[in-house]
Amino acid sequence: MDQRKCECGHANPFGTLLCESCGKLLDTNQSIQQPQFPDIRYEGMARRSQTFASTPINLVWNFFSSVKVAIYIILVILVASAIGTIFPQQMYIPVPVPTEADVARFYSETYGIWGQLFYRLGLHNLYSSWWFVTLLVMLGTSLIICSLDRVIPLYKALNKPRVNQHLSFLKGQKLFGETNFDGTADSRALLERSEKLLKKKGYRIFQSGEAILAEKGRFSRWGPYVNHIGLIIFLIGVLMRNIPGFYLDTYVWVREGETVALPDTPYYIKNLGYKTEYWKEEEMAEKLDLKGGTIPKNYQTDAVLYLNKNTELPGANPDLVEIQRGPIVVNHPMKYDDISLYQSGVQEMELGALNFSLIDKQAGNKKLGTIKLDLYEPKPEQLVTDGVKVRVLDYFPNFYLDNNGKPATKSNLPKNPMFAIEVQSVKENIREKMAYLSGQVILKDKNGRFGLEIEMPDFVDISGIMVRKDRAVPLIYFGAFIFMVGVVMGFFWQHRRIWIQLGDGHLYLAGHTNKNWFGMRREVQAFMEEMKLSISLEDKTKM
Amino acid sequence: MNTKNRTSVRIAILGILLVALVFAVYSSFVKDPNVIKVGRDAPNFSLEQLNGTPVTLSDLRGKGVVLNFWGTWCEPCKAEMPALQKQYEASKDKGLVVLGVNIGESAITVEQFVKQVDVNFPILMDRQSNITKLYRIGPIPTTFFIDPDGEVQEIFVGQMTESIIAENVAKILP
Repeated sequence: MDQRKCECGHANPFGTLLCESCGKLLDTNQSIQQPQFPDIRYEGMARRSQTFASTPINLVWNFFSSVKVAIYIILVILVASAIGTIFPQQMYIPVPVPTEADVARFYSETYGIWGQLFYRLGLHNLYSSWWFVTLLVMLGTSLIICSLDRVIPLYKALNKPRVNQHLSFLKGQKLFGETNFDGTADSRALLERSEKLLKKKGYRIFQSGEAILAEKGRFSRWGPYVNHIGLIIFLIGVLMRNIPGFYLDTYVWVREGETVALPDTPYYIKNLGYKTEYWKEEEMAEKLDLKGGTIPKNYQTDAVLYLNKNTELPGANPDLVEIQRGPIVVNHPMKYDDISLYQSGVQEMELGALNFSLIDKQAGNKKLGTIKLDLYEPKPEQLVTDGVKVRVLDYFPNFYLDNNGKPATKSNLPKNPMFAIEVQSVKENIREKMAYLSGQVILKDKNGRFGLEIEMPDFVDISGIMVRKDRAVPLIYFGAFIFMVGVVMGFFWQHRRIWIQLGDGHLYLAGHTNKNWFGMRREVQAFMEEMKLSISLEDKTKM
Repeated sequence: MNTKNRTSVRIAILGILLVALVFAVYSSFVKDPNVIKVGRDAPNFSLEQLNGTPVTLSDLRGKGVVLNFWGTWCEPCKAEMPALQKQYEASKDKGLVVLGVNIGESAITVEQFVKQVDVNFPILMDRQSNITKLYRIGPIPTTFFIDPDGEVQEIFVGQMTESIIAENVAKILP
């Protein structure tokens, strides 16, 4: 059985509280135990899923249509999200090369047994784990199905408002009053006057026989559904980030003067120069004692963005076409197409090249010329002066002595450069070897002809540029906007209804609102005063 | 709406949601769609050798390719160089190419290192680490064994012994 018959003969779907035809409270077991009038949130209509589930589809549907289930899903997500913040997620841990073993070691060494457990349970990648993603999709499913399950019957009920309500319905309202009313002559006049007055208050009037329904703010009932649509759009936007080409979040370090590829894009960026600007003392509103410190005002990279026309073959010489140039300032990214480049980090005053003067010791340390040793791509050979060449024999960017006591490098970054060079004088057929290490020049032959004098090295700034692309952003903002529209609809308007019915020598007046009962009461009181109706309202609002 | 219609609408909505679920879970597993896996084609690239002549991977179709990513600062890379050289000498006539991709170092540093470890297979210079990024290299050494059809047969992370190299080379010889 999924139908319930009313006294009036109408067959209502299972779960209906108020007869769809006459509006009488249906005699359910529930109402015998609770004499209180039911909440008419959904106008007493049966929710769509309140039928007996017979097929798997309906079972699944009914499961997700339950608000209780929705709340449990939200609670589980809430708890899981909270647990994920106990220790940092893997993407935030300081392990440069995240092999599984390193990551495992980090958690157990840093956070002990709990960290180990955290790692073992996979909580270090919680927010992108399959089960968390599944929970989010389940929440989306629940949002959609809960809404559909309620909004359709509600729409049907509100679209055809019942004017002539069953007396039990009127009596069941929180605002209800009755008075003796006889004399059929002035009933029409009374109804007309009421109509006029209520219209002035912004009500829409429905009339049928000797009954009036005045209604306003119906659209506010759609508020919750509109904001759920906004949420669903928002979730779709988040999901769309996983579509290839929709989302990009990488980082590049670019030295001044260097041109590098932006990973996974056809673009290259050149760093023309970096600068940090500081607030000058006279620019400050108040005199501050900075104890010799400074306050940065601006971090800026002047950059050129290129498009590589030769992307077919990675690694091949790029064919670069300039597409944009300008400053990249914190919070003011360079934008092209859907790519945004943000000023996001800097390593200032890094060694770029070492400079030396070659001196002739036999000519009273006379400077013969300068030598520049670039730390990123040293030239194998350079001419210092006529007939004197310098050859780079070996270069260790980050020098140390390995286990066998041999020179080696710790990384490919010039943190502690060591050069071995050979000075050749072609004319005099002299070859002398020397080395530079940690601010010192080591001559192989102390009594040789040539020497090196250390000059001021070249410093470069290295800009950290964040590369972002997020095509889902417009959709996410749109979803957020719709969400707000829904919230405003539901919050700032109320669905108020007033029923006035004549019959059996009585005048019945009932009122209902979905919120702001205080305002509703005031409106009905004012209405009655103007109509000179002496009805004492039964006010069940405070129950 | 009758029950039949309602059921088909429900099936349609649940179907769409199921697709969304599958897509979401799939993308949570495959975080990087460009990651290189065994069984996939090795992405083509071109890099200059130490001596300046370019090498393009696709030109090596028909040969087995050992693609070894290394740096002079990496002790295990240095340690496995002789084993790679040995295997290269043993199998180069059978159609094996060994390519050592240096990660972002200067020509002088690489040249001296190569002299020191005494290898003569082609050394490719990935000056800006673009190919290193393309191949999603994490820890080094990382070695790709690519068969004559250009398909990755094995990815080895860490120092290899002679027998490991030999075993994997056997899989990719034409």
